[in-house]
Amino acid sequence: MKSLEELKRIRDQAKERMTMRENGDHDYRVVVGMATCGIAAGARPVLNTLVEEVAREHLPVTVMQTGCIGMCALEPIVEVFDKDNHKTTYVLVDTKKAKDIVLRHLMHGEVIEEYTVGHYSK
Amino acid sequence: MQEIAMTILDIAQNSIRACAKLIQIVIRDSHKDNIIHIECLDDGCGMDDKTLQKVTDPFYTTRTTRQIGLGIPMFKESVEATGGWFSIESQKGVGTKIIGEYVKNHLDTPPMGNIAETLITLIQYDDHIDYVFQYICDDFEWVLNTKEIKDILDGVPINQPDIILWLKDYIKEGMQK
Ligand SMILES: Nc1ncnc2c1ncn2[C@@H]1O[C@H](COP(=O)(O)OP(=O)(O)O)[C@@H](O)[C@H]1O
Ligand SMILES: [Mg+2]
Repeated sequence: MKSLEELKRIRDQAKERMTMRENGDHDYRVVVGMATCGIAAGARPVLNTLVEEVAREHLPVTVMQTGCIGMCALEPIVEVFDKDNHKTTYVLVDTKKAKDIVLRHLMHGEVIEEYTVGHYSK
Repeated sequence: MQEIAMTILDIAQNSIRACAKLIQIVIRDSHKDNIIHIECLDDGCGMDDKTLQKVTDPFYTTRTTRQIGLGIPMFKESVEATGGWFSIESQKGVGTKIIGEYVKNHLDTPPMGNIAETLITLIQYDDHIDYVFQYICDDFEWVLNTKEIKDILDGVPINQPDIILWLKDYIKEGMQK
């Protein structure tokens, strides 16, 4: 059972991490398109997979939602911004690809070429 | 939308776009009364009469060039196809209330889907928006009020990944009690 006691433990751990890290110091910002087009294409489980994996690995990553990214046929779309604001756009993302993005890109800094928009528009 | 949970996400996203600070979602799922009653109430910017007219007029929907139809007419159509009913009330500067009631055992009534995923998706979006979620079935009633959760969190944002993860299981368990 999920108890409020457990929530308090998670809260205290989060506070500890917040003081350890410089405030707002994140390695990556991940943005998921969550307009109707994205949601209809399956963006909800993609977002939630990203949130879950980031939580599980305690990664210094911010996951955010946005509206239509403007390429409805390629939704679900996930954009990864690094510290220098360099953007990688992943398209037609599903939960498996989302897990790969966390493991390979967010944890090991590797751009997964075959999932990127550049690969699809070639 | 294939699931009621997706429809709720779509309808509540309208409330977010309308700058709501408090969004109340009610699901009453009753075998006894053979209904699935969905309610979404917000304190967002509301609609003037002209918009309200357009948003409920099916003729207006068929004329749009969008790939995916407007969320509200789709919701209305979907509940009415099951013999249920739909209502929308809105007042500029006050807020909006949308109700859709499905006939539970009708063949065209979509499955409930993953309500927990829908709620955490909404909560994850912006930690400044509060939600009261009420789930009522024949045997019990369960309420989630994000303000109460935030009191416990004591300043830690509710949309932190590990808190979202806890919430997901908390909601799942709450709806099964
Ligand atoms: N809760 C709400 N508060 C204020 N305005 C709303 C609300 N819901 C819908 N609207 C208005 O009605 C319009 C149509 O909504 P909808 O049918 O969901 O289509 P869409 O969200 O794609 O525009 C919205 O663009 C908005 O102007
Ligand atoms: Mg909408």
